[in-house]
Amino acid sequence: MTPKLRLWLFAIGAAGLVACYLWAFGGLPGFGNYPGPYGPEILKDAIPQTNATGIVSAVNFDYRGFDTVGEEFILFTAAAGMSVVLRRLRGERQQEQDHSPADEVMHRNVAPTSSALRVAALVLVGPTALIGWWLATHAQTNPSGGFQGGVILASAFMLVYLSGESIAFRRLSPVDLLDVAEAMGAGGFAAVGLAAVAQGLPFLYNYLPLGGSPGAVSSSGTIALISFLVGIEVAAAFILITGELLEQTLLRGGGRGGRQKEGSG
Amino acid sequence: MTPHAVMQVLQVVALVLVAAGATVVVRTRQRVRLVIALSAYGMLLAILFFVFQAPDVTLSELTVGAIALPLILLLAISKVRKPE
Repeated sequence: MTPKLRLWLFAIGAAGLVACYLWAFGGLPGFGNYPGPYGPEILKDAIPQTNATGIVSAVNFDYRGFDTVGEEFILFTAAAGMSVVLRRLRGERQQEQDHSPADEVMHRNVAPTSSALRVAALVLVGPTALIGWWLATHAQTNPSGGFQGGVILASAFMLVYLSGESIAFRRLSPVDLLDVAEAMGAGGFAAVGLAAVAQGLPFLYNYLPLGGSPGAVSSSGTIALISFLVGIEVAAAFILITGELLEQTLLRGGGRGGRQKEGSG
Repeated sequence: MTPHAVMQVLQVVALVLVAAGATVVVRTRQRVRLVIALSAYGMLLAILFFVFQAPDVTLSELTVGAIALPLILLLAISKVRKPE
């Protein structure tokens, strides 16, 4: 195929794509005009039915909770798969030479962390952890939930690492405990759903008492519980993933070993 | 200006910024700079979601797009980088 022919082929394909794209655009509803019946129905019914004022959470953890279980296990599987692959590599390495990760951390030759960065990072650890915890436990009254809260909680641990306390980071995040927390979070979500089935209700049916008035922290039944479990799972998964990567970077002589200059490309 | 008009202006500005940010990300060749640009782009995307009234997606995008993904990429780059 000559370059010219290839160009013509591309032109025909591109013209077809543009035509279909414009045609599809013509069929879209006007900007900001949602034509479906589902949105208004949810807005009308969500608070009376679930007692949760965070309607996004009500949708995520109740109306389409089954979908969220699937998403939950995507992250769980990703973190577990990563641990399996990377930990095996680490085991092989440790057989080769008698260095513990902590030794390598101590002896690696990196530029010292600046005081400004250390102080800023350490000052931010507490507030970040608090915001993460708050988001994960207040899904029923906030437009957030366990996922966002969990990631923010995990980033509090990242700040500990960023402040130069890489050994403290490992001590704060023992891998065994994280594995258990991740499994408990993901398994707990599924267990909450199965408990409904055991009572003869649909999977993930909101069977807990809906609590006080809408907007109360105790309101919304299983929604708050599931959000909390998701928060635990997500925080553990993200700390595991970044922890494994950090360990790999520190252990296997990657990057920071000899204060190299950053190459181009 | 009415609040509605203000929102529309903000939405247009956010859309333009996201388009510009995406272009910068695609055009950046140097890896570490690319990750920093990607992080900034995640921030712009979060602002876009916010002015389009999706605060939950804003939080997800901020945490994942602007922080977690660039962090993981930086670690991976740091690992595969050839010693000079």
